[in-house]
Amino acid sequence: MMQSTILQSGLQAFPCSLHPLQPRAGAGLKAEHVAEILETRPEVAFFEIHAENYMGAGGMPHAQLRAIREHHALSVHGVGMSIGGEAEINREHLARFKAVVDIYQPALVSEHLAWSTHDDVFFNDLLPLPYSDETLERVVRHVCMVQDAIGRQILIENPSSYVMFAESQWAEPDFMAEIARRSGCALLFDVNNVFVSSVNSATSPLDYIAAYPLELVQEIHLAGHAPDVDDHGNALLIDAHDRMVADDVWTLFASVLERTGALPTLIEWDNEVPHWPVLHGETCKANAFLAGCEKRAGGKVAMQREMVLS
Amino acid sequence: MTGLGAQPGFAGSFCAALLDPDVAVPDGIRGPDQGDAPKRFSVYRNNVVVGLMEAMRNTFPSLRAIMGDTNFDRVARNFVAYHPPVSAMMQQYGAEFAEFLASFPPLAKSPFLADLARAERAYVDAWHERDAEPASIALLSGVPEAELPTLTFARHPASTVICSKWPVADLFDRRYGPPGGEIDLGQAQNLLITRPHFTVLVNQVKLCEAEFIQALFDGAQLGEAAARGFGADPEFDFGAALAAGFSSGALLAVI
Repeated sequence: MMQSTILQSGLQAFPCSLHPLQPRAGAGLKAEHVAEILETRPEVAFFEIHAENYMGAGGMPHAQLRAIREHHALSVHGVGMSIGGEAEINREHLARFKAVVDIYQPALVSEHLAWSTHDDVFFNDLLPLPYSDETLERVVRHVCMVQDAIGRQILIENPSSYVMFAESQWAEPDFMAEIARRSGCALLFDVNNVFVSSVNSATSPLDYIAAYPLELVQEIHLAGHAPDVDDHGNALLIDAHDRMVADDVWTLFASVLERTGALPTLIEWDNEVPHWPVLHGETCKANAFLAGCEKRAGGKVAMQREMVLS
Repeated sequence: MTGLGAQPGFAGSFCAALLDPDVAVPDGIRGPDQGDAPKRFSVYRNNVVVGLMEAMRNTFPSLRAIMGDTNFDRVARNFVAYHPPVSAMMQQYGAEFAEFLASFPPLAKSPFLADLARAERAYVDAWHERDAEPASIALLSGVPEAELPTLTFARHPASTVICSKWPVADLFDRRYGPPGGEIDLGQAQNLLITRPHFTVLVNQVKLCEAEFIQALFDGAQLGEAAARGFGADPEFDFGAALAAGFSSGALLAVI
């Protein structure tokens, strides 16, 4: 028998005003941490969930998430929309995504510049695309479709890359800026992805950051990566989310904050998940960086965002 | 060189090579020095396969315990290549695994595996199913005795009955730890899987009880369902079966 989905759940929606988001550190929510979080009530600005994990109709996952939502701001992060895919957005998936957003009223909603579905097969990974005028147009159309469906702006995240496409015509920072300009979306800046991609492409992460439209960034991601080497002995970093954030990435984070001011910053840890105090420790470390910088002056950025949206 | 590029089709050439290690890495994938980069492509291949295998291992821990990790991985690796997910809801993945096991020639001598896969899949489905308040046996107290046989109930959304020719309950229990003894493959067993609140309950029931509860799920009146139970076994204990149906949270009240 086919499992029902969140569309049949009958779950009640939260008021959107509950727990507004602060420009401080959050953590990826893991089921094994929920009991301890509810018991110890740590100072964590927000929790981020993968939307797909809460597309079921009920049970413990939703019970836990509802309890967390009572006390914290949420960020809903999609990993399966296939925004960068060749096929149109899957309407059923979009409807379930909208239901997650409608029920949990998150402070932030984000997705990836990547694809995961092709010919109706879901690959359960964030796969890369070449950056051309044609893929740009398609990505913009898909972002608009998602924003129209859920009735709000989304953030698009820069990918971690292991390969380059011979035929890409756009540099990634320009491609991201153009997606935002045309669709009115904002950006999620994954600093670990920048570091991973720059090592993998033998380019400078500082050049990438200098070229990036940081004024459109509303959230930062930090995570750990795993070192490897490619066929020719070149360094190859894997965006593994399985360990602490690397020192190089903390340094880049600090240089990003100099330009952006404090922003909601997520520690992602999805594999080899540690005990809660270890992940909590990483959020405290991020908070030390965030507390050291002034909140970004709102005027200029807000104006730019309005222009983009109009 | 045929490039992966802006033309429609960059994803297609990627996909074939993602699930099948014998398919060559697509052209046009580069490393930083513009050389070919098979190992770089294999990061994606590895992520995809590892992710799907992980989902299979999480959903089918009893099968893994029965088959052993190496055999399970070999069969699951085969399954993910032929039945990749069609939905981004990974919690639904593996619905066709029971059928796959039943028709996989190397496993022809282990026909009991398919029912175990059904039970494990039903367990995960129950975990995620819609919340609903199960019917309480107290419901019956206000009903005049003459009307009892005409009562009907509905299936609680998280409930499933699994009737098997094999010892599916003993096989299922292997997820909880090392074997407590040999499993007698000559035994037929049946399971009632329910989730009255947040915990999934897996109860072994007699065939007559399974038939009785399944009849109620199908909308039969209490009298007819009892007849099904007696039909399966003259020793059918109506009171005990009804109590089991209620205490497990298998039923919903029909208003």
